[in-house]
Amino acid sequence: MSTLLATSGLTASYGDFQALFGIDLSVEAGEVVAIIGANGAGKSTFLKAVCGLLPVAPRQVVLDGEAVGGLPAHRIAARGVAMVPEGRRLFPSLTVEENLLVGAHLGRPGPFAIDRVLDLFPPLAEKRRAFPRTLSGGEQQMAAIARALMANPRLLICDELSLGLAPVIVRSLYAILAEVAREGLSAIIVEQDVSLAQTMSSTLYCFQEGRVSLHGPSSSLTRAQISRAYFGV
Amino acid sequence: MIWLDTLIQGVLLGGLYALFALGLSLAFGVMRLVNIAHGDLIVLASFGGVALVLATGWSAYAAFLVVVPAMAALGYVLQRSVLNRTLGGDVLPPLLVTFGLSIIVQNGLLELFSADPRALGAEGLETASIRIGGGIAVGWLPLTVFATAALLTLGLELLFGRTRLGRAFRATSDDLVTAELMGIGHRHVYAVATALSLAIVAVAGIFLAMRTTVAPSDGPGYLLYAFETVIIGGMGSFRGTFGGGVILGVAQAVGFRLDPGWGILVGHLVCLAVLLVRPQGLFPRTRD
Repeated sequence: MSTLLATSGLTASYGDFQALFGIDLSVEAGEVVAIIGANGAGKSTFLKAVCGLLPVAPRQVVLDGEAVGGLPAHRIAARGVAMVPEGRRLFPSLTVEENLLVGAHLGRPGPFAIDRVLDLFPPLAEKRRAFPRTLSGGEQQMAAIARALMANPRLLICDELSLGLAPVIVRSLYAILAEVAREGLSAIIVEQDVSLAQTMSSTLYCFQEGRVSLHGPSSSLTRAQISRAYFGV
Repeated sequence: MIWLDTLIQGVLLGGLYALFALGLSLAFGVMRLVNIAHGDLIVLASFGGVALVLATGWSAYAAFLVVVPAMAALGYVLQRSVLNRTLGGDVLPPLLVTFGLSIIVQNGLLELFSADPRALGAEGLETASIRIGGGIAVGWLPLTVFATAALLTLGLELLFGRTRLGRAFRATSDDLVTAELMGIGHRHVYAVATALSLAIVAVAGIFLAMRTTVAPSDGPGYLLYAFETVIIGGMGSFRGTFGGGVILGVAQAVGFRLDPGWGILVGHLVCLAVLLVRPQGLFPRTRD
């Protein structure tokens, strides 16, 4: 396996406040990596730094051998990184279908086109002409995932998919993601539900106060190890 | 019959005001940029046409082929090099910077062309008319301007509603950060929007100089008409902007008919009335 994404000594700050203190994380091609951690552990900051929304040094983020740290977000997107942002962030004045088409703005070739993602998420097919605010929370999250898939990414990043959704819907969303991942898509998922994160991923990272407090193969980490790394006790 | 004539002339004048305002509406819709230099850029385009005709002896219609692309290029460069730096934070920097731009354009034109009013000859189109019965005649030039404004309005609606660029404009307007995550570089998208805006400004400026005389200090007046058009029509829809132009044109024509000194005033009063009664405009965007 080759390494798709590697961060080394990644640091990031909001003004005077330093949020990340040297994160080393790697995602192999075709692998799903989960990141867990308490609120304020730096998970979202890490994703922002990887996506180009925060200034970082070039060598701190390496994508497929190329130093991309600090490039503008749209240039990183052009290299095949797609994000499902926390809180969905659908475009409110665009229809569901238009939101999906914006996801395909860069026209990267790949398996995902509008028909394919509507097959993956049948409820969206019925609402393709509707506006996002008329959708249920679960449908909105489907649209956000579908929009990211439309980019035909090499790396899919999902920030807190389960936020505000019923467990049964969360499970169905992850079942679809698992199906997509089996086709070889690499992904980073940030998840509050630790056992879900464990079953979805092959490698698990736990963040605590801007550092990696634990990482390893998801299946071999024990509950005790994780809760120690999670809470720092 | 005289009032029917007034109505027709007002509607046609509204076409010119719609041309003034479409670029402003576009820039505000995509970037929330209020361009104080908008009127001066209209006048700059008029003088661009005048200078081209003086220098080459070509027909005034050649100005459409030269000045429109030149203004579009100026718009792209202006946005990329200056205006992009003013956006994203407070509302004040873009206002101040475009106000400064307005002063530069006015004084630059004054220096180059003196304060004399200038005009473009349209080879007879400006005086040609068709009689439509009942003693009413409609000028070919106002009719051409009106048709151009209607076509541009339709074109912009199709561009925004049906194309990849239009979706990028709307997505960036909705949520800049998420649009960036989708691979839409907002600096480029903004520059394309300003290029488009100034291309329409150029069309407006050339038609303006064919219709009447233009002097370097006229810009702020046209900015005011453009603002009133957008306020009457409502933000965020080109159809609304077009309708706003027509209402402003009719209001001014009715005012002029009542008393030659009242035309502009009645236009202002209608704008104020709309602000009082329907501050969101008469035709706000229907889907949002």
